[in-house]
Amino acid sequence: MRIPCPHCGERGSEEFLYLGAAGLLRPAAAAPAAAWDAYVHLRDNPAGMLREHWQHLHGCRRWLVVTRDTRTHAIAQSVDAAGLA
Amino acid sequence: MIVGGGGHGLATAYYLAREHGINRVAVLEKGWIGSGNAGRNTTIIRSNYLLPGNEQFYEHSLRLWKGLEQDLNYNTMVSQRGVLNLLHSDAQRDAFARRGNAMRLHGADAELLDADAVRARHPYFDFTSARFPIKGGLLQRRGGTARHDAVVWGYARGADRRGVDIVQNCEVTGIRIADGTVQGVETTRGYIAAAKVGLACAGNSSRVAAMAGLRLPIESHVLQAFVSEGVKPLIDGVVTFGAGYFYISQSDKGGLVFGGDIDGYNSYAQRGSMPTVDDVMEGGMALLPMLGRLRLLRQWGGIMDMSMDGSPIIDRTPVAGLYLNAGWCYGGFKATPASGWCFAYTMARDEPHPSNAAFRLDRFASGAVLDEKGVGATPNLH
Repeated sequence: MRIPCPHCGERGSEEFLYLGAAGLLRPAAAAPAAAWDAYVHLRDNPAGMLREHWQHLHGCRRWLVVTRDTRTHAIAQSVDAAGLA
Repeated sequence: MIVGGGGHGLATAYYLAREHGINRVAVLEKGWIGSGNAGRNTTIIRSNYLLPGNEQFYEHSLRLWKGLEQDLNYNTMVSQRGVLNLLHSDAQRDAFARRGNAMRLHGADAELLDADAVRARHPYFDFTSARFPIKGGLLQRRGGTARHDAVVWGYARGADRRGVDIVQNCEVTGIRIADGTVQGVETTRGYIAAAKVGLACAGNSSRVAAMAGLRLPIESHVLQAFVSEGVKPLIDGVVTFGAGYFYISQSDKGGLVFGGDIDGYNSYAQRGSMPTVDDVMEGGMALLPMLGRLRLLRQWGGIMDMSMDGSPIIDRTPVAGLYLNAGWCYGGFKATPASGWCFAYTMARDEPHPSNAAFRLDRFASGAVLDEKGVGATPNLH
């Protein structure tokens, strides 16, 4: 799989570190335990398009939000994570 | 009703009929039986776990493996040829000694070997590697391998003879629920009513559970496996490299069967990526330099339910009559007999057996997680 980095161009996936689903919002410290459980443990895990965090670790070191189809690894979008949830 | 005609689903149906006298059972399989991970694993059986909650379950499974052929009257080729985890540092020796002691406290066997004892079994390893010298290993002699397809066929035949209906090419497309109670399942071949539905579809657990409105503590990841051309008997037993992700055994046909780590990102594609192929081969060459002289025959991938603590789930769900068997990570094959046995018990009696009592779905919310590696809620690191 090759990931298009918005700063460095298309690179092999071995240059990147994977974190997992993007868009998970950290609850407030006083939020109920169920909200924390959902944030830490529960995932949609779709077979299809997934927004996810990758870091271009062996490149520009920027965190990216990549939208990828988990069935085909086709990448629809790859943008810098700054300012995104 | 069992959703999923892999080893776990078929074993569940078999034990429902044999242990609980329940033979009005149907197993629904979207493809053909054993076409998922039951036919894609590296056939290893073992019970070398550290944590209470895990160890007694896998030891239960190993005891069922030992009697499986007589039980099923089917040659599942269970071969207790030993599983050896190599160690490469003093810290690793301490950790393995602790794990071995924990195993023995649970009635399993474990033996700490020094480097000479490892050399006597496997003289061809690279013992003097400057980076990864082999200092010894933790051996479980009762571990070994079995014939994965035969396990599927044996359980399927045993279940079928007890009156279980196995329906292939029948994909579940919906789960009908009324008043918080399961009513039945929608399938590609029509609606089927059922008072109890058990999900045993690891790899796709999140997708199927979502049909019942459940969101699981699971990510799907791809794990690859490899087999070389066949050679004369070379490697006795199963060996795992302790300084990287690599493990190897030899099939009765002569091929060296090996694998490594998951690719590390969510995937529903039953194929792997080249960087992981490289990583596995590098691990193999570091341990066993002669591996480089062999040609690779086949490579394949399977989709794993990677749970948030690296341990499985066999439990009831918040939906009455709906049961979940999921989260097997890359260790589902060895669990097949006890997974079926415990899931059948849980479904028949509506409560877990002591062997699977720790595999609760709510352990993530309660904090009673079973994290063998201690890496936290990071599925791609378990």
